[in-house]
Amino acid sequence: MLGASLKRLWHKLGSPRWFFSLTTPWVTFFGWSAAILLLWGTIWGLAYAPADYQQGNSFRIMYVHVPAAMLAQSLYIGMGVAGFIGLVWRMKLTDVAISACLPLGMVITALALFSGSVWGRPTWGSWWEWDGRTVSTLVLFFLYVGIYALREAIAEAELRARASALIAMVGTINIPIIKYSVEWWNTLHQSASFGLTQKPAMPSEMWLPLLVMVLGFYCFAGFVVLLRMRSEILQREMNARWVGDWITGRGSP
Amino acid sequence: MIRGALVREWQVLLRAKGAVINPLAFLLLTTMLFVIAAPDAITTDEASAVAPGVLWTLVLLTQLLALDSMYRRDFDSGVLEQTLVSAQVPFVTVLIRIFMQWLSTGFIMACLGPVLGVMLGLSFQALPATALALLLGTPALSLLGSVGASVTVGFNRGGVILALLVLPLFLPTLVFGADMVMAAQAGRSVMPQVYALSLISLVALALAPFATLAGLKISLEMQ
Amino acid sequence: MTLQPLLAVNALSCERGGRRLFSPISLSVLPGDYIELIGANGSGKSTLLRTLAGLHSQFTGEYRSQDALYQGHRLGLDGLLTPLENLAWFAGLEDHTSDHETTLNALDRTGVLTMAYSLCGAMSAGQQRRVAMARWLLSSRKLWLLDEPLTALDASAQDLLRDVIAEHCAKGGAVICATHNAIAIDGKSELILDASIAETLP
Repeated sequence: MLGASLKRLWHKLGSPRWFFSLTTPWVTFFGWSAAILLLWGTIWGLAYAPADYQQGNSFRIMYVHVPAAMLAQSLYIGMGVAGFIGLVWRMKLTDVAISACLPLGMVITALALFSGSVWGRPTWGSWWEWDGRTVSTLVLFFLYVGIYALREAIAEAELRARASALIAMVGTINIPIIKYSVEWWNTLHQSASFGLTQKPAMPSEMWLPLLVMVLGFYCFAGFVVLLRMRSEILQREMNARWVGDWITGRGSP
Repeated sequence: MIRGALVREWQVLLRAKGAVINPLAFLLLTTMLFVIAAPDAITTDEASAVAPGVLWTLVLLTQLLALDSMYRRDFDSGVLEQTLVSAQVPFVTVLIRIFMQWLSTGFIMACLGPVLGVMLGLSFQALPATALALLLGTPALSLLGSVGASVTVGFNRGGVILALLVLPLFLPTLVFGADMVMAAQAGRSVMPQVYALSLISLVALALAPFATLAGLKISLEMQ
Repeated sequence: MTLQPLLAVNALSCERGGRRLFSPISLSVLPGDYIELIGANGSGKSTLLRTLAGLHSQFTGEYRSQDALYQGHRLGLDGLLTPLENLAWFAGLEDHTSDHETTLNALDRTGVLTMAYSLCGAMSAGQQRRVAMARWLLSSRKLWLLDEPLTALDASAQDLLRDVIAEHCAKGGAVICATHNAIAIDGKSELILDASIAETLP
């Protein structure tokens, strides 16, 4: 009984129209949650959390860098999972998901790199150091750029979807391998300064705002991805009746 | 079919030796360029610190160059589509193609590696490890590169996109490969790197042929 | 005695770029059938043949087919190999060996015996197509899917093509051929691909 209804749910998820109607309230939810959480986290982290005894106030950029780095990786893995689902179950929506995650992922990775560099400046004394995290994040950026370039090069939608899904999957499987190899490399070529790669025990006054920021970032991602997916669905299905109805306000999907 | 495929690969290899020679000439040329551009880097004692990374980077770039033509000829001539239409197990053909690509590029680079290493200033004690590292690591380069090549074979100027797709995948092999040479120079054990390189190549062997076949089907549908 | 169809198609319509190329078609191809695909440029003839060969996956409907021999716009000949070597490779693909004698006979039949040891890349387009025809003669596949086989053929080669197809159909094979110029074969049927008309064969 449960199995049958789960199966139906799964098949429904492949329907753009059903997805559109399902996610209408979620967009508002994610949007507001993101705004509140990010505002709260930023103020708390930047103004009220205690200063780090070693790094002083500069560590506060962590409240941007860590969530950005986490999100960057999650978005890519999300693309990989979507790609897998799309190739196995032939759901067109998964390509919509991939195309929605891609630009956001690139920007967030760039943000992670930039904020990492800003964090590193007072800590390392230089704008850039090659350590495990920076290399991993940089490689992630190139993984994103690769899929972007691939999508730009293929004009046909169906083939573009399959190629992106394939490369996203291959990239996702390689992410742990890349991380492991870079960690290895890092332990052997430890740069003189630490700080970004070490995680000393943080008092709760420090990591609670971080948690809020992480949640805020992910809600923001949910908001942006859903918004992009929805507008892409509207574009792809623009000849369908329900789209016209929804846009003119005559009815909802 | 396997015999037929191998025979054809061999015939093509003999008749288009440029496919083998050109990448190797490129490797030799770029090594020379480096030596000329940074002569102090190889005459001082710090030479051995730079050489492993430089050698491996040049190997990666050479592999990239060779990858661009991995499927192109067969794609353009229609041989690839015949293979996918008529072969009972196209998967085996892909494996054979990848193996031949490795044999004509990676394997030879592994043999030449010590020579180039010496040119770049590697210490002699590291040479066996250099050859072994290249031997263990280049299969991964051929396998993972094949995935990128399969998807980009239909593009007009796919070389750059190929590089973008494939170089991040090469990174782990680069890290462990260069590190193995450095460890050998320092007299440390190279076993951890041996395991790592072998593991990466094995994982690539498990994944890449399937991904390549999927990529080739996509490219053929674009034709 | 009922003949087993070599190809059974049910409501098949090929798609490209999200667009349906032609109205769904249904047909059953029996041994001895020669079917000509007719349609304007871009009507999907090549796509249909590629779909039936297994190279194109965007379609609605279904089809069931025996292993087919497909020849598209690209001949599938390796320019660095001689005709003999190419034919040996094709035989290997189809998992059967062809002895030297038979291969030479096939090349003789198609009029390129003198080029048997030359590289295919050095031959003209017409000569290469004759080599491709030799491949058909040696193939064990009953169903042939040919896309514009008349291209680059001179008059004698066109006659040869007609004879080769006619013989294949007489021996129990079947041919589906997309061509701009009709080939005169007894008992041929026409399949029209059109975006607005659906043509069903009996």
